[in-house]
Amino acid sequence: MTTQLTSAPPTAEAPRKARRRPEDSYAAHGTRPGFLWALPATLFFTLFAIAPLIMVAVLSFMSWDGLGSPEFVGTDNWKRILDDPVMIRSIWLTLLLTALGVVLQTPLSIVIGVWAAGHQRNRAVLSAIYFIPLLLSATAVSVLWRALLDPNFGIPARMTWLFGDGNLFGEQASAIGVLAFVSTWQYTPFHTLIYQGAARAIPPVLYQAAEIDGAGRFRQFFHITLPQLRNSIVTSMILMIVGGLTTFETVLILTQGGPGTDTTISAYYMYQKAFKGFDFGAGSAIALCLVIAATVVSLIVVRVSGYDKMRSDMEGVS
Amino acid sequence: MRRRPNYLAGAGSIVWLVVVGLPLYVMLAATLRTREDYAGKGPVSFPDHFTLDNYTGAFDSGFGRYFLNTIIVTVCVVGVVLLLVPPLAYAIVRSRSRIASQIFRLFLLGLAIPAQAVIVPMFYLISEAGLYDNLLGVILPTAAFCLPMSALILSGAMRDISPELFEAMTMDGASPRRMFFQLVVPLSRGGLSTIVVFSALQAWNGFLFPLVLTQSEETKVITLGLYNFQTAHGIDIPGLLGAVTLSMVPVLLVYLFARRALVQGLMGMGGK
Repeated sequence: MTTQLTSAPPTAEAPRKARRRPEDSYAAHGTRPGFLWALPATLFFTLFAIAPLIMVAVLSFMSWDGLGSPEFVGTDNWKRILDDPVMIRSIWLTLLLTALGVVLQTPLSIVIGVWAAGHQRNRAVLSAIYFIPLLLSATAVSVLWRALLDPNFGIPARMTWLFGDGNLFGEQASAIGVLAFVSTWQYTPFHTLIYQGAARAIPPVLYQAAEIDGAGRFRQFFHITLPQLRNSIVTSMILMIVGGLTTFETVLILTQGGPGTDTTISAYYMYQKAFKGFDFGAGSAIALCLVIAATVVSLIVVRVSGYDKMRSDMEGVS
Repeated sequence: MRRRPNYLAGAGSIVWLVVVGLPLYVMLAATLRTREDYAGKGPVSFPDHFTLDNYTGAFDSGFGRYFLNTIIVTVCVVGVVLLLVPPLAYAIVRSRSRIASQIFRLFLLGLAIPAQAVIVPMFYLISEAGLYDNLLGVILPTAAFCLPMSALILSGAMRDISPELFEAMTMDGASPRRMFFQLVVPLSRGGLSTIVVFSALQAWNGFLFPLVLTQSEETKVITLGLYNFQTAHGIDIPGLLGAVTLSMVPVLLVYLFARRALVQGLMGMGGK
């Protein structure tokens, strides 16, 4: 096995060992694992994630209908998608939905998270209920809301005084509203958890000092809680942005990109181009744009917050 | 210190309870009533008489099979992750090799790859490998996309093991392999349970890979079953919601019995 390559047999080691002090650098090295331990996972990951990532770049310069073998066509796919008004519109729609998600979810999850970190009566019971949407898959949530908002048998059909004809999927504005609302409903509990953990980690002495100074609840929130949550706000916003850029199930199940192409966001358009239109070259070009966008954002994640902060956010979550 | 009650927060918490709870109530109530009752009295009402037909109906339309497939996929994905990630995290944390730190950076970068981005070449790869419409073709990419986050979670847990323990075992002349099995694995149980829950959730809730890489009834997983049920019988809302409810039962059970591991596994999801 791999271990034999990195450690000498114990019998040969034994006589020399007695003469060495434990902090001896050779002794420390001798019992450390070699990189071969990481090899199986690395090969597996390279084959099923890194290789496809390289292939998506190559395929974006090729023409392939899913059956024959791919052929090089130069920048043809790129010219086509950049000339495609639906594609350009999909980028704006993606940005709009992502921005709506951040604007709706950030204040909501901060307020609920800070509240859940407190010690009110019923807090534990209510928090447990707030948590439930997170237990459902994105598919299940979308199917559930599609049923609840059904134009004929759903809630809007019963409340025509509020929703007009009851068909929220018939107009662009209301369809975008539905998508933003369903994402908020599903993902707010996740971000709430981040803020709950972070709010618990704020030293109580800060609030005691503020109390003595006569600061009220609102001043305490804006002058102590919010500044102390700064790192968590960055982490959670970036996760929202990456999540927003790659939204897919919600659109596929709730609106199918419609009415018309009014909610066709980039990830959904990529799926349509490739797997409905069998234009895998153009699909790959759109996919590559998504990779670049997600990578830029994630590099910021690693730079600005880092995983260690993510862990400390988790402390105090009950 | 006693504080005066915060009525604003109290009112807000009730409003949010309605936003979260009402859809869940409608869902549960709908699954226990007939289609006629649901259509006649509207979603936000109390059922006239109770029926379990929606649950048995879900099984009749193939959900038993989808459940089985999803369980197979989930167990295999967790198996692959448990086989590959502990040695990887061990090398990341303990190895002095420069290659090991390069590998760690590769996985950090891998966190940024969305599944949507590689779905076209994945379709090509899996078809060429003859795994199209085969559960193995869903298991392998799903497991691969669990690796970066699992490696991060587990290497974090392994870093918390005190260096004195490693030194003590070094003095005993333990090999890296013995340290791995006798020290590292037993002491990172918390991290291991987190990656099990995390990858199980990814597999259980996975949608895109099954959508693109399978097509027949025999290989359908539960999320795909929900999607197809919705497109085929969109009008049978109680039946549809029965299927949705069934799909969340296993996760609910984990929530009841392993809450902490579930919360930490969910935190690893990054909101996806």
